[in-house]
Amino acid sequence: MTPKAPIIDWAGLSPLVALLGGAVIVLLVGLLRPRFVREVIVPLLALATFATAAGLGIWQWGEQISLISGALRLDQLAIALMWIICATGAAAVLLSWRAVAPREAAHGEYYALLLTSAAGMLVLVAAQNLVTLFAGLELLSIPLYVLCATEMRRETSLESGLKYLIIGSVGSATFVYGLAFLYGATGSTDFAGIDRALNSSSLVSDPLLLTGIALSVVGLGFKASIAPFHQWTPDVYEGAPTPITAFMAVATKAAAFGAFLRLFDGALLNAQADWGPALAALAAITIVVGNVGALGQTSLKRLMAWSSVAQAGYLLAGVVVATKLGLQATVFYLAVYLFMNIAAFAVIIIRERQTPLGDDIAAFAGLGTTAPLPAAVMTVAMLSLAGIPATAGFIGKFYVIEAAIDGNYAWLGIVIVIGSMLSLAYYLRVVAAMWMLEAPEAPVSTVTGRPALAGGDLDAPAPGAGIEVYAVAAVFGVATLFFGIVPSPLFDLAVKVGSSLTSLF
Amino acid sequence: MTLHLSILLWLPAAAGLLGLFAGRAARWVTLAGALLALAFSIALIADFDTSAKGLQYVTDQTWIAQLGIHYKLGVDGLNLFLLVLTTLLFAASVLWSGLDRVERPGQFFFWLGLAETAVLGALLAQDLALFVVFFDLMLIPFFFLTGSWGGPGRVPAVLKLVIYTLVGSLLMLTAAIATAVLAPGQGTTFVLSELAHRTLGTGSQEWIFLCFAAAFLVKMPAFPLHGWMPDGYRAMPMPVLAVFSGVLSKVAAYGFLRIALPLFPQAAAHYQELLLLIALATILYGSVLAFTTTNTRLILGYSSMAQLGFITLGIFALRPEGAQGAVIQAVNHGLVVAPAFFICALLAARAGGSEDLRDMGGIAARAPVLAALFLIVALANLAMPGSSNFVGEFLILLGVFNAKIVISIVAFTGVVLASVYTLRLFIRSMHNRVGPNVVSRDITVSDGLVLVPLVAVILAFALYPQLALHKGEATITRSIQPAAQAAAQPQIAATP
Repeated sequence: MTPKAPIIDWAGLSPLVALLGGAVIVLLVGLLRPRFVREVIVPLLALATFATAAGLGIWQWGEQISLISGALRLDQLAIALMWIICATGAAAVLLSWRAVAPREAAHGEYYALLLTSAAGMLVLVAAQNLVTLFAGLELLSIPLYVLCATEMRRETSLESGLKYLIIGSVGSATFVYGLAFLYGATGSTDFAGIDRALNSSSLVSDPLLLTGIALSVVGLGFKASIAPFHQWTPDVYEGAPTPITAFMAVATKAAAFGAFLRLFDGALLNAQADWGPALAALAAITIVVGNVGALGQTSLKRLMAWSSVAQAGYLLAGVVVATKLGLQATVFYLAVYLFMNIAAFAVIIIRERQTPLGDDIAAFAGLGTTAPLPAAVMTVAMLSLAGIPATAGFIGKFYVIEAAIDGNYAWLGIVIVIGSMLSLAYYLRVVAAMWMLEAPEAPVSTVTGRPALAGGDLDAPAPGAGIEVYAVAAVFGVATLFFGIVPSPLFDLAVKVGSSLTSLF
Repeated sequence: MTLHLSILLWLPAAAGLLGLFAGRAARWVTLAGALLALAFSIALIADFDTSAKGLQYVTDQTWIAQLGIHYKLGVDGLNLFLLVLTTLLFAASVLWSGLDRVERPGQFFFWLGLAETAVLGALLAQDLALFVVFFDLMLIPFFFLTGSWGGPGRVPAVLKLVIYTLVGSLLMLTAAIATAVLAPGQGTTFVLSELAHRTLGTGSQEWIFLCFAAAFLVKMPAFPLHGWMPDGYRAMPMPVLAVFSGVLSKVAAYGFLRIALPLFPQAAAHYQELLLLIALATILYGSVLAFTTTNTRLILGYSSMAQLGFITLGIFALRPEGAQGAVIQAVNHGLVVAPAFFICALLAARAGGSEDLRDMGGIAARAPVLAALFLIVALANLAMPGSSNFVGEFLILLGVFNAKIVISIVAFTGVVLASVYTLRLFIRSMHNRVGPNVVSRDITVSDGLVLVPLVAVILAFALYPQLALHKGEATITRSIQPAAQAAAQPQIAATP
């Protein structure tokens, strides 16, 4: 008897196929010589791929199916997170359009890596098996290590790539070690199997299981930049090309929290008594460390890195409670996080390309008088990140705090607001710089060529901030404001996602 | 007649938004919005049904169904006069800034309009989440107004102000969510009238009450939580300061009556003495500093602090007469402090730009109208018998006298101190030896356009305080009732 191949539901798998297929096509088209093809067609193809994947997600919305004999699961959680990832990816493509990085790393490779990384994220958030979980994690990480180093003539970019590679590998190794322990304790790599094993036996304080949980928390903690595993974040965020930083900040976070939700609120739900308090403590530490770390930063990319650490803490609060409300709040917050973060990064890119000050906060002084619209978008993004009413960030925080209190973690709710207070000090500093400081005296010229590390072209024209960057800033800025006033569509989405992890209540 | 409160609420912000694109006409557009809002609120008083129980002109829409948050607005005796105060002071402030020359007028008036909407929203909201939204939102326009148009040292001062006051507000956010989530009953709701029926256990009530109290006391500000006040007051542009001091602190006092007492009656009774002591400390501390400092803004700032102490005292007497006095006094103080800040700006203009009392003196010489108007304001501030402030303070002290006699005796000294620091301000600026750079001249027509109506309202209110007393009585008594009962029966309060 020949072994039977598993039935493959191609319809359910189609978004993943689209992303990987798109990556191959982009890579091949990128090999063509004409400049127009490389600089216009390739990014357009990448955009089209993200749009196709998102569209296939709309087609498959409402399905809850198991793919490839239980290796992946396509449900609302996977699709919603995929939308977030695809939106981030599309924004990253637009932000990279005239950037230095794709020009230096070859357009085909750059965008293909971006698509592959997004595919890895999709695998991660859809994983139903420890093995696919790890495969997804690696598929998302390895292209990112490369992408961080794509500005090959800038030292910090290379440093960032190397640092991310080393630390990311440590994280991955820890994670896979933890997964091995989990398999050892429960005898199954399948999430459903793990759930059954935890349900039926008295594994509750089994040292093997506890070690497995601890190590996988550490591994995922590296990816989601949860303190104390966050030290790489500021350096990598600062060094990486800014569009890649934006992509990492949002999409990686969405993917890592998708994995958190799948693994902890799904497979390990019955061991919540074991990991709940520990994760809650980590969330509290992360909130405090992230916000305190951001206080003294003058580089906005570093500031956003610390802020993303803090935001990871807020998101983790939604995972800790292990309730349907917590799941909804996490997904809601991730969507909100997408809007406000991309809006902020788009404005950072605009300034980076207009002034020689780069991403320093000084580049924003007096922006309110010289360019009120980007300044307004940045203001909305900063206020939203701080959780001020009438922005989406407020509703997101509201939801997370409600989930925390509802899940008997009222103290975590207090920690979240204490974090928000700390965060005001640095978010408002940016706002104050834009509206309350004078613009620098002499109108500064545009950026000159970057320092050559390896025989670079010093006179290469600096990229300008094209219409596409402004468009990204405007769209995501308006979305931040819109969903702060009319949050119901996002709530509907979140509630539907809430039904995908059936064991939660 | 139906009056849609949403129109009142959004009119100023809409006018401000329109002004953003109106260029040089921004001030007139915003002024039109502010005056229409004022007319609207006066129509509310005229149309208000005194005999009706409960809320009037209610607007109730579901805002976020999944969380049970409603967009519910309503007017009753508690907020009716505070609404009028808000629209009046904002109209005065917009007019005053409009007659001045402001840089970037579009943005300035946009923020001022948004500030009015946020304050009105906090006063009108009948849903806890909506209240929190507007209460927190209030601060953002003032952040921009102070930071961009303020005096020297404005950026550090405004950061201090915002962070300080948002500390309280964000604690309140958690507390508000906890109120709804922990309340017994089916489903989550934030609507105040429903929450009032779902009494929380004593343990939860206490920490939630303290979070709310922290938010309100910082905003007032009360004694140990007033650190932001001196820097913030010094940095704010004068017309903005007039509304900030005149209105925002009242929203905090209002929050106690609207939210803290009805929802957490046992906790309010439990912490009654603590709050009374804080109020007392605030009165004494504010009065003493108002007497010693020489910056006119800060004299008014500390005097406001003392007045807010009186208002808190009245609220936490937990007796109807005390609460009524508190509401009246909130309106009175707003009416007095706004023209006082305006006069303070006029004095500075006559004393060579200095706001220091030592550089003033003898300003009354050639400014009889200014002196007369200032005297009326000053006498109202020190609660001269015959003024409406006298009625307010009398009721407050009566309430406290009936509740805690010792505290009321100490509080009486506050009344004496008020006349000392107010008369000191008046005498040293208007009379005494003529200051070095003082050029005495009377007010111009455009100054009078702002100042005279405000003073006229003070006089009218002094003659006929029953207007507010009568319309507010029923609701105020009702909102204080649960807490008053809890205070009267401590043995019941002790059981959950």
